[in-house]
Amino acid sequence: MSEPRWELLPHAADMGVRGVGRSKAEAFAYAGIALTAVVTDPTSVVAKDSVEISCTAPDDELLLVEWLNAVIYEMATRKMLFARFEVNIDGHELRGKAWGEAIDLERHQPGVELKGATCTDLKVSRDAAGQWRAQCVIDV
Amino acid sequence: MDLARLQQKDENQWRIAPHGKMRVPAVIFASPSLIRDMDDKVYEQVTNVAMLPGIVEASYAMPDAHWGYGFPIGGVAAFDPEKGGVISAGGVGFDISCGVRTLLTGLTREEIESKKERLADTLFRRIPAGIGSTGELSLDQKEMDAMLRGGAEWAVGRGYGTKADLARIEENGCMAGARPDEVSDRAKKRQRDEMGTLGSGNHYLEVQHIAKIFDRRIASTFELREGDVVLSIHCGSRGLGHQIGTEFLTRMAASAADHGIELPDRELACAPIHSDLGEAYLGAMRAAINCALANRQIITHLARRAFSEIFPNAELPLLYDVSHNTCKTEEHWLGGRKIQLFVHRKGATRAFGPGHPSVPEPFRDVGQPVLIGGTMGTASYALAGTSKGMEIAFGSACHGAGRSMSRHQALRHWRGQEVVETLAARGVLIRSRSKRGVAEEAPGAYKDVSEVVEAADRAGLARTVARLEPLICIKG
Repeated sequence: MSEPRWELLPHAADMGVRGVGRSKAEAFAYAGIALTAVVTDPTSVVAKDSVEISCTAPDDELLLVEWLNAVIYEMATRKMLFARFEVNIDGHELRGKAWGEAIDLERHQPGVELKGATCTDLKVSRDAAGQWRAQCVIDV
Repeated sequence: MDLARLQQKDENQWRIAPHGKMRVPAVIFASPSLIRDMDDKVYEQVTNVAMLPGIVEASYAMPDAHWGYGFPIGGVAAFDPEKGGVISAGGVGFDISCGVRTLLTGLTREEIESKKERLADTLFRRIPAGIGSTGELSLDQKEMDAMLRGGAEWAVGRGYGTKADLARIEENGCMAGARPDEVSDRAKKRQRDEMGTLGSGNHYLEVQHIAKIFDRRIASTFELREGDVVLSIHCGSRGLGHQIGTEFLTRMAASAADHGIELPDRELACAPIHSDLGEAYLGAMRAAINCALANRQIITHLARRAFSEIFPNAELPLLYDVSHNTCKTEEHWLGGRKIQLFVHRKGATRAFGPGHPSVPEPFRDVGQPVLIGGTMGTASYALAGTSKGMEIAFGSACHGAGRSMSRHQALRHWRGQEVVETLAARGVLIRSRSKRGVAEEAPGAYKDVSEVVEAADRAGLARTVARLEPLICIKG
């Protein structure tokens, strides 16, 4: 099984994000880092302060949308960027923690602002090797 | 997109006959070359929209159409509430009522040339732009609700702009039927410090000169003269609209089956117009339209103040303000009778033709101004609504250039500093706090806006009036 990772998926107007992990929770956590990557280089963000984030949804896919939207909400209202996430999923309830810092315009050179996660290209799946992928298009 | 998949109706109009679960045909307005460059996903999305309950006439795609979520960007669809018609959060988009307004400066290009640097710096200092920026006012709950009910009218009441501005805004600056109580606390919190901010991405404030007039009669009615300078603002409902969009998209996705709606794809999440959820979304979306109108009104005031620091006598009256991402209740002729429809325009501009009662009196004979935003290196356009557009697309036209390259690809192609220097050499001053943001918005990452406008004109959706080229661009 390959290493857990985040990926950005090409989309002409917006941006697709994908998290890959050994568990559903890990894939969700890496999808969170992909969100940061839409805005700036995630390695430029210092994991200084933490924020607790939780959400629920009727199924795995909507749970991913709710999770990413909850992260976007914290980014927007706290004016923060996040470098690392920890996610626990119990049924359709998610409890997560995000570590990051306040946006520094000079250092982070943030590109586009995130508006919200969409149901387009929305997939939460597990392949034959047991690897999880969690992805969707983000409106920017 | 493969032309062979479409039936050509005329030079710039293409049809997809209803098949499978499509209730109506799909119609794409574009030149053959724009169609060839269009993503196949546009085909998929424009036909998916044709499957939704209560859709009338056709599912339309404008010349700048590209892959969106649910509806294509550049998608137009009208629904009859009496035939089970639906409303869709994805059919409006998250940046509710994102739009463009243009102000006349009364100055010529020669008059501003020597003061351009100072003007650019002053506008950049005065207009909050980019991620994390905040406005000069913070709204408490009471003021937030008053703003959501009143729109630009609220802003004028608080000293931002003048009453004369309101007559030059769609809905006279205040969208009726807004329901602040349907807007969540989270959406209000996200907006609290964002009033009067430009945002980021493709949003901008530009000082432009009128490079070419295409229709002298209409240009004179719009008071546009070659060589004159105008100021245009492109932005939307900021965090409040984004939050409303995201919340209702998931609520609609989770409850579609309860409403007996079979979705071809979850991304088309919608609710019947006559349902609690449909009505709640309508009320919240209308409040977000007011938020966008108030936001552009506040920025207008800030821009006027900045302009007056350099040009104390400049007045900057408003030409017009158009919204791109909306669902509006409108009366249209259908089968020989006038009926009320809910018209979704996502990345599409309302383009009402001559004689329509919603068009401000000074423009009633020529049609409403249709303001098309371009890139910081090319041009924007002013068009006018037509009678034919009312017949073929419920009075709708394109909204901009549309991206041809993803942000990620753009970052690999250009460096922000390079883009700024190249444009400066051509006389266009860019001011932005983010070099990455500038690279992502490089003019080369967009389609040719002139080709899009020409296709809209030739299809009869709107008539080209003037070409506006940037001199100063403030970017988020």
